[in-house]
Amino acid sequence: MMLIPCPWCGPRDEIEFHYGGQAGVAYPQDPQAVSDQDWAEFLFFRDNPRGEFAERWLHAAGCRRWFGLRRDTVTNRVLDSDDTRTVTQ
Amino acid sequence: MSRFRLRTGGRIDRDRPLRFTFDGREYQGYEGDTLASALLANGVHQVATSIKHGRPRGIMAAGVEEPNALVQIEKPFPEPMQTATTVRLADGLEATGLPGQGRLATDPDPARYDSMHAHCDVLVVGAGPAGLTAALTAARSGARVIVADADTEFGGGLLGTSERLDGAPADTWVRQAVAELDRYPEVRQLPGTTVFGHYENNYLVALEHRGEHAHTRQRVWRIRAREVVHATGSHERPLVFSGNDRPGILLAGAARTYLHRYGVVPGERVAVFTTDDSAYAAAVDLHDAGVEIAAVVDARGSVPPPWESLCTERGITLMPGSAVVTTSGRERIDQVRVAPWWQDEAAPGAEHTRIACDTLLVSGGWNPAVHLHSQARGGLCFSEDLGAFVPDGYPPSVRSAGSAAGEPTTDACLASGADAGARAAVACGLTAEPADLPRAGSVPVRSGRTVWMVPSPTDSTGDTQYVDLARDATVADVRRAIGAGMESVEHIKRYTTLSTAHDQGKTSGTLASGVITELLGRSTGEIGTTTFRAPYTPVAFAALAGRERGDLYDPVRVTSIHDWHVEQGAPFEDVGQWKRPWYYPRGDEDMEAAVLRECGAVRSGVGIQDVSTLGKIDVQGPDAAEFLDLVYTNKMSTLKVGRVRYGLMCHADGMVFDDGTVARVDEHRYLITTTSGGAAGVLQWLEDWLQTEWPHLRVHLTSVTEHWATIALAGPRSREVLSRVAPGMELDKDGFPFMSWKDGTVAGHGARVFRISFSGELAFEVSVPWWHGREVWEALVEAGEPLGITPYGTETMHVLRAEKGLPIVGQDTDGTVTPYDLGMGWAVSKKKDDFLGKRSFTRADTARTDRKQLVGLLPADPDLVLAEGAQVVEHPELPAPPVPMLGHVTSSYRSAVLERGFALALVEAGRDRIGDTVHATAGDRLVAATITDHVFYDKEGARRDG
Repeated sequence: MMLIPCPWCGPRDEIEFHYGGQAGVAYPQDPQAVSDQDWAEFLFFRDNPRGEFAERWLHAAGCRRWFGLRRDTVTNRVLDSDDTRTVTQ
Repeated sequence: MSRFRLRTGGRIDRDRPLRFTFDGREYQGYEGDTLASALLANGVHQVATSIKHGRPRGIMAAGVEEPNALVQIEKPFPEPMQTATTVRLADGLEATGLPGQGRLATDPDPARYDSMHAHCDVLVVGAGPAGLTAALTAARSGARVIVADADTEFGGGLLGTSERLDGAPADTWVRQAVAELDRYPEVRQLPGTTVFGHYENNYLVALEHRGEHAHTRQRVWRIRAREVVHATGSHERPLVFSGNDRPGILLAGAARTYLHRYGVVPGERVAVFTTDDSAYAAAVDLHDAGVEIAAVVDARGSVPPPWESLCTERGITLMPGSAVVTTSGRERIDQVRVAPWWQDEAAPGAEHTRIACDTLLVSGGWNPAVHLHSQARGGLCFSEDLGAFVPDGYPPSVRSAGSAAGEPTTDACLASGADAGARAAVACGLTAEPADLPRAGSVPVRSGRTVWMVPSPTDSTGDTQYVDLARDATVADVRRAIGAGMESVEHIKRYTTLSTAHDQGKTSGTLASGVITELLGRSTGEIGTTTFRAPYTPVAFAALAGRERGDLYDPVRVTSIHDWHVEQGAPFEDVGQWKRPWYYPRGDEDMEAAVLRECGAVRSGVGIQDVSTLGKIDVQGPDAAEFLDLVYTNKMSTLKVGRVRYGLMCHADGMVFDDGTVARVDEHRYLITTTSGGAAGVLQWLEDWLQTEWPHLRVHLTSVTEHWATIALAGPRSREVLSRVAPGMELDKDGFPFMSWKDGTVAGHGARVFRISFSGELAFEVSVPWWHGREVWEALVEAGEPLGITPYGTETMHVLRAEKGLPIVGQDTDGTVTPYDLGMGWAVSKKKDDFLGKRSFTRADTARTDRKQLVGLLPADPDLVLAEGAQVVEHPELPAPPVPMLGHVTSSYRSAVLERGFALALVEAGRDRIGDTVHATAGDRLVAATITDHVFYDKEGARRDG
């Protein structure tokens, strides 16, 4: 059970959160102008690193805010969290 | 008193005898006994036969590491797979020995279980010498301390030895330490509590046994600690030699514990086989308790001086440079054979000395209990000095102390505990004073000889050399695994099942690594250990569940009209956490009869349904219209105030994930509805886009599902019913057109009425504040009574909507279905620049014309109702597999108005196949069905205005 630092509510148990996958995957500015290949990349392809990973979390059973978090996927150690980095554009 | 129970000594209460039954025979023990100590006191060693080889097995240890003595408790409550060494004796206890596998109780567990949550500065796991000094040092600094120990009382190893601290019996100091801890208000002592899991960020989980007569039998503690000190002690390691599994063979330290803790001696003539110093104490203590010591066999070349003189004084025969090579005995050991085996020799010599005995004590050194340390991702290395794996590298805020860290003596344990406690306190920002430590005056300990197995003159394959007694895994099994090409300890473990029993290899794990090392000719450090995983000891599911079972397993949500449905005898269907009435049987009607009657009533008269569970989200803000245009496939910004539009939501991949209605309440305000089960997911989805992609949009979302009780009136006579309780509202089709809403008064309460229909009939949905739900419902039922108003449930709703070809998201869709697949291209805007899903409609795969499409299916036999989920295939005879599947039935019912069975199905290129005959599985056979349009009834929509 990780202790996740919500930027609004402070450190809380992992069960209060929903995982949102890789951070920084922006919705294309003009999807209709994007190639099929690029669109498929946006829809289906995500990084899965061993080690540091920037990801999105939602404090679902708390303030219901999305925020960004950098986590080491090997140790589950949280490196930092930041409410501003959830904004992808 | 039996000849195995001493007249004095031990921590049992001889004034409180307890009667118990084992394997059908009655015995007596005392308050303070475990089942194992009470059995030994009665001369009972054999507890069971082994799981694979059926060999007699006895009590080997005195704690959680016990590999053999598995019992099934019959009374007070049936519980399988308990170790006799950890079962507290109770009056009337009934137990039987288990050959490796137990059976679950068939009666419900009457006991109560609970969970506790706690936070602390320093959690100390284990209350032996190191744990107590760690807890004392941290507590004196003012830290909030929790100290937990699996045993019923604190003291750990000190309780099972004759050790003295500062010249007094060690338990005097233990009592003082416990009394001091009691005085600190911020210290919580948890005896009888096994910490069984150590997870991220120092989240530890523990099981507290509160006793069979406690209000709560067991509690699971979930503890978040800033700093953790693992003072978990160590487990003695047995030795691998031929015939090392007979009853009467015990760990030397366990024999010492039985003597000092329970006043029990294990036999009358005891031989000892050791590779290290600690077993000598057992020999000396047992001798002093009146037991004959046949010999002490030491695999090392000489006996350490202090022990040599203590033994010689007592006339104990010493046999250094020797090993036990084999044993004999039927149900219990009766003889050991000893051969000379000097340290530099590959195998023991051929000459044997036979020594008669009824007990053999073994000691192959001590394994630090690194389980929790390792679970916390602490490193391990093999210490050649100790012949064991010890902590090497700690995760942040985690430390080990005492014998868990490889400390060999009581003095060293006391000091390392105090040091760890002080450092933990300092890490919490406190000032820790160096602790005032008692002195044990421990004699120095000489290194052991690391012996992984004793080569046998009679058993060269190792069939009788047991590595894991709980799994009956032998040296021969390890040989076979290596012969099959395995080199990794993880692979060999799985191949041989080594260390996978109830004890998770507490006595066998390190031995297994050692035996593998020897057979492969590698170093033990290189082979390493298998991964340590929670739980450290078995935990009952009942304890993990705590109170969250039965009615408390999951929250139940009911509407404000729920009690009325219960009074009518409606069975309920679970939709998410909601209870929804399924149908309303009259008399002895079954579901099919009730649903046909309810459907008929809605099509010909009027029905009433509680639809309060539909998700409702209030969308407000100057950019609400723009936002909804982005998340719905159709255009919501052009919707006029007072009007309602059906909407589909897709994920960015173009697949439908929810649907509902959108009502424009005001210029900057909409009320949207979602499926009953999808409300939370839709709100989360919308928030995600608002917060992370479109933070510039000024929109607020609020869940208002439980603000409004909503009642659907459906059927050609619904207008008449509503008019009787809403006299002030204009209800005719021009004044209140289809797909519009208006506020008014219904049954005396302010209401918002929508003219929308999920059945195709003239219909109204009346929303009133939640707490007026039942009152308005009853008023509508009363007003409709002369018209035969019929309450209907979710099943009738499903049939009626299916007759109209309206899909249910999650039933007729599965996350791979686009609006076009559903035949709902009309709900997809062609005018909007973008919305979620739009780009995906032109992806090659999404644009295929032979995708699975929603169509109708009419079975050739009109009486047949196809099974939902039935596969659809082309031909009446199945070809050889793989059989090409065309699709599957998603919804299937009997229709009152069609007077036959009908179905919806997703079928490949279904719309091009309309009129074709396909076949669907029905049990063992295939039945013919005709593909039709998915709208079965009132295609023109002539009935919606009544």
